[in-house]
Amino acid sequence: MSDLSPSPALPFPLQTVAPWKPEPWVIAERKEETAGVFTFFLEPRDGCAPMTFLPGQFNMLYSFGTGESAISHSGDAERSDGRLVHTIRRVGNVTNSLARLREGETLGVRGPFGTAWPMEEMRGRDLVFVAGGIGLAPLRPAIYHALNHRGDYGRITILAGARNPAEVLYPDELDEWGALEGVEVHVTVDRATDTWTRNVGVVTRLIPRAGFSKDNAAALICGPEIMMRYTVAELVKRGVTHDHIHVTMERNMKCAVALCGHCQLGSEFLCKDGPVYSFDRIRFWFEQREC
Amino acid sequence: MTTTLEPILRKHPFFDGLTDADYALITGCAKNVRFRKGETLAREGDSADQFFLIREGRVSLDFPAPHGGRVRIQTLDAGEVAGYSWLMPPFVWQFDVVAVTDVRALEMNGGCLRGKCDEDPRLGYTLMQRFSQLMADRLAGTRLQLLDLYGAREESGYSAHE
Repeated sequence: MSDLSPSPALPFPLQTVAPWKPEPWVIAERKEETAGVFTFFLEPRDGCAPMTFLPGQFNMLYSFGTGESAISHSGDAERSDGRLVHTIRRVGNVTNSLARLREGETLGVRGPFGTAWPMEEMRGRDLVFVAGGIGLAPLRPAIYHALNHRGDYGRITILAGARNPAEVLYPDELDEWGALEGVEVHVTVDRATDTWTRNVGVVTRLIPRAGFSKDNAAALICGPEIMMRYTVAELVKRGVTHDHIHVTMERNMKCAVALCGHCQLGSEFLCKDGPVYSFDRIRFWFEQREC
Repeated sequence: MTTTLEPILRKHPFFDGLTDADYALITGCAKNVRFRKGETLAREGDSADQFFLIREGRVSLDFPAPHGGRVRIQTLDAGEVAGYSWLMPPFVWQFDVVAVTDVRALEMNGGCLRGKCDEDPRLGYTLMQRFSQLMADRLAGTRLQLLDLYGAREESGYSAHE
């Protein structure tokens, strides 16, 4: 059965004072990542307070006149310039409207919301990051944290899957991370031509060959739910237990403060109780077949 | 001086845990091979008289694309196995197997191994179990690839939700 006990308190008091009120932030820089995927680097408009967040949390980005969308933080929570970084994929009205915004234009930001990757709890462990598609974006702040605090963690393994070579997210950073001592990066794609010399196949196939310690590893997964389910199964085969596997369950956020119920999954309000969960806590709902 | 390939065979994960007698039996079917990057280990349509235990490097399974060129279906690294068409009639390769990097492998003679399995059905059953698992894993992986996991349906997934 599901754990129906009250959700644990957030590990930090980061809920905003006025969670309904979007603050104006300016697009200081915009970067095209892959087809239909772009990154905003945001700075607070004059008079607005800067924002602190923890890896795994998300913001509601408001395209004025169109609506809001929940977008994970994808930047370094410790970066000194105070910029917020959000990587966004065009998938619907709001993100298409956001995609039309250019440098210098303003959007509304509410947040940060939700739970964080348990970086403190995972200290001393090997870390295994498994990302599918744009799922690398919500994992990137946790990767930055692990690299910023390298001595706190063991071996770092990053497994990234993408649809094809042109859709691999952050390819330069993946190469940079893979060149670091004690960091192992494997990239795989579902489809490729014969000029692609890296891995081809689903991301779960990379798990058996990853060099982490089965007795002392923690995994962080972000991607489509079916991919996460198969990833969990492969990690369990390798000896990683459910309580050391963490997933992010970000779907259909609307209010972001657990009132509207759009994101509700069983007893869980994913916007507040999640989006980051230890797998043993969300397992019951994760395994339910949707109608 | 004659050297045996048995120690190398014992180290390969695919044959991990066989009995001493099994190793002794199948070693006679093994041959040490090397391929340069870009070389073809096996060609689609050719007789599948062998399979490969990859020891070092990476190979790919390539297939002709509908509108020309080649599609890379899957890559296999050290510790993995390329080829199971040697097990079933008509014993014909279904893909090209191409060395993506320099490759070291053990080439197992399929006819030789089928003969050993006919003589020793217990060994045959053991190998059949392992190849069945291999085929099931490959099929599961291919199904996930066919789902186009990272395609347009992500709007109900993560990071951007509307």
